Amino acid sequence: MPFTILKKQELVPTIYLMDINAPRIAKKAQPGQFVILRIDETGERIPLTIADFDRKKGTITMIFQAVGKTTTKLSTLKTGDAILDFIGPLGNPAHIEKDGTVILVGGGVGVAPIFPQARAFKEAGNKVISIIGARSANLLLWEDRMREVSDELYITTDDGTKGHHGFVTDIVKKILESGTKVDRVIAIGPPVMMRAVAGVTKPFNVKTVVSLNSIMVDGTGMCGACRVLVGNETKFACVDGPEFDAHLVDFTLLMNRLSMYQPEEKAAFEKYKCEREGCKC
Amino acid sequence: MLARQKMPQQDPKIRRANFKEVALGFSKEQAVEEAKRCLQCKKPKCVEGCPVEVKIPDFIKHVANGDFDSAIKEIKTVNALPAVCGRVCPQETQCEASCILKKKGEPVSIGRLERFVSDIELAKGVEKPQKPKPSAKKVAIVGSGPAGLTAAADLARLGHSVTIFEALHASGGVLTYGIPEFRLPKDIVKSEVEYVKKLGVTIFLDSVIGKIETVDDLLLEFDAVFLGTGAGLPVFMNIDGENLNGVYSANEFLTRVNLMKSYRFPEYDTPVRKGKRVIVVGGGNVAMDSARCALRLGADEVTIVYRRGEEEMPARAEEIEHAKEEGITFRLLTNPVRLHGDAKNWVTHIECINMYLCEPDGTGRCKPMPLAGSEHKIEADVVIIAIGTSPNPLVPRTTSGLEMSKHGTVVAKENGETTKKGVYAGGDAVTGSATVISAMGAGKIAARAIDDYLKMK
Repeated sequence: MPFTILKKQELVPTIYLMDINAPRIAKKAQPGQFVILRIDETGERIPLTIADFDRKKGTITMIFQAVGKTTTKLSTLKTGDAILDFIGPLGNPAHIEKDGTVILVGGGVGVAPIFPQARAFKEAGNKVISIIGARSANLLLWEDRMREVSDELYITTDDGTKGHHGFVTDIVKKILESGTKVDRVIAIGPPVMMRAVAGVTKPFNVKTVVSLNSIMVDGTGMCGACRVLVGNETKFACVDGPEFDAHLVDFTLLMNRLSMYQPEEKAAFEKYKCEREGCKC
Repeated sequence: MLARQKMPQQDPKIRRANFKEVALGFSKEQAVEEAKRCLQCKKPKCVEGCPVEVKIPDFIKHVANGDFDSAIKEIKTVNALPAVCGRVCPQETQCEASCILKKKGEPVSIGRLERFVSDIELAKGVEKPQKPKPSAKKVAIVGSGPAGLTAAADLARLGHSVTIFEALHASGGVLTYGIPEFRLPKDIVKSEVEYVKKLGVTIFLDSVIGKIETVDDLLLEFDAVFLGTGAGLPVFMNIDGENLNGVYSANEFLTRVNLMKSYRFPEYDTPVRKGKRVIVVGGGNVAMDSARCALRLGADEVTIVYRRGEEEMPARAEEIEHAKEEGITFRLLTNPVRLHGDAKNWVTHIECINMYLCEPDGTGRCKPMPLAGSEHKIEADVVIIAIGTSPNPLVPRTTSGLEMSKHGTVVAKENGETTKKGVYAGGDAVTGSATVISAMGAGKIAARAIDDYLKMK
């Protein structure tokens, strides 16, 4: 069955939304899980978090930023095109229950996977405080959707073009310092952001969960490319995660391992751009 | 006595830089000459040595008569993957080990003859097999590796409707992601899979059972389920430095190279670190495959580090020989204790300790013991851990009433029957990592048991 793109939209510059026809996956998908996709025969397998799913329509929504060759190539596909392989739902679902007050932190493209969790926490009867951040106002994702499922919504931008001028951690800290009883924090975004959030919540001893975006190949526990150190134990992000206790994660190792193929990624991207735009080099 | 025919192969100096097949296959003349060596024993011992019960003397007789079509037909009545078996079976410990000629010298090259007749057929185009009368029973097979493909083929031949669910984007399991192109060309695997499909088997790729559907879900739609999920979980050594950049499980390294074709990067998008000084830890076929892949990716030096001696290496004799011919260095009786890295988390050295072997224990194997004070460092920019695999827990964790051993293997009877009604299992999922042919044997036995079960149902 072809994994056809039913909808494609550029949400903000370089960040795209795609609805993929994948009824079997949509039937089972849950917040917190991810898919692995391969665009074509020569493509690599990349993991992308499920941003939303529609069991009736049989679609999976994913949101991605065009940063390297594969994501850029993906962003050039149009509605009606198909992806060769689309595998999931992988990883463990997010742990959602009635905790009381939950802070959801989404940074950059990380707002996308935070959304279904915010909605689920809201539906489970929690007070949902959401903090979403971006480098600049024009890169901010899904403000309206997040507002719909949040009791309180805070916006931060690195350059101050919208909301709080600063980082998401500033708001997390302010809320915790104000004495608001917070039962759980979930942070999804760049590793530096997740590390910073973990650093802020630790002194307050608030249970903090992050979703790790390690390099993966198969996504089923077969290769171990995605190994992360959690509480000094090696875990596979694909089958043991992707969510882990933020206070136990070795973020330095995560970031080091994420940089493993930087030279190759750069070379592949340069070559791709040359082929597409005509070589200027 | 006629001498055993020599297998033509690519020159080691040339082949160490390419991924083309090493062994080139017998010529027709060679095959006929080799087949004539067979004594046509009345009570053939070789057949007893074959887990899938190929009637070896019968097919060899056809080869000796130059009737290659009849030879392959004979094999295919029981073995759906002969081109694979002819290449990767450890014949020296199975059929050829029991050959009478071995007592006086060299056994008949049974594997190479099997490969020869399979290749002749593949080159001509495989005949469409006859479809049996449908039984109206449906069987789901989880995993399209050697166990699953064999069970599927046998069940389809018996008239059952068979659907395979494969987690990866290509079929073949370890034949595709694990065994390298130069030992088992992927076109050969594809052709054998095509043959299984021609028998009427449907294959769903990209379908991770335990996630997209559970075994319990499958049982609502199918009359029986066979688990051929293999032993896909990599085992690490649990030593310091194992998470350094440049340290791979053999599974990851081989999957990148074989399944994702990273040896053709950047034509193919998946990268793999091409090391200059590569260390492979382990002494099995997977270690040999990893070492020889690393060499072909352009390493200056590839070293196998193994804690026992060469005698104890579980790899096929031919693989060890080929690795040596290609210039792989062997550091035997050596065991890693930790890995050292630089500030950016890249591996720089592997620290090892020398080992010695004590007296054989109850299992007949010598336990290696560390030699105190013999620690030493070896430079390395890529380290590949090939010390084994264990079964993937994805299916067991999501299946109700399926008993597992403490080693994570599925508990099953000789015939593949598990503790869950209608669910059978075989291959590495049951035994832990073993060989392609033993998995095929298990698939065959389970297919018979499933057929009996379906008849009673």
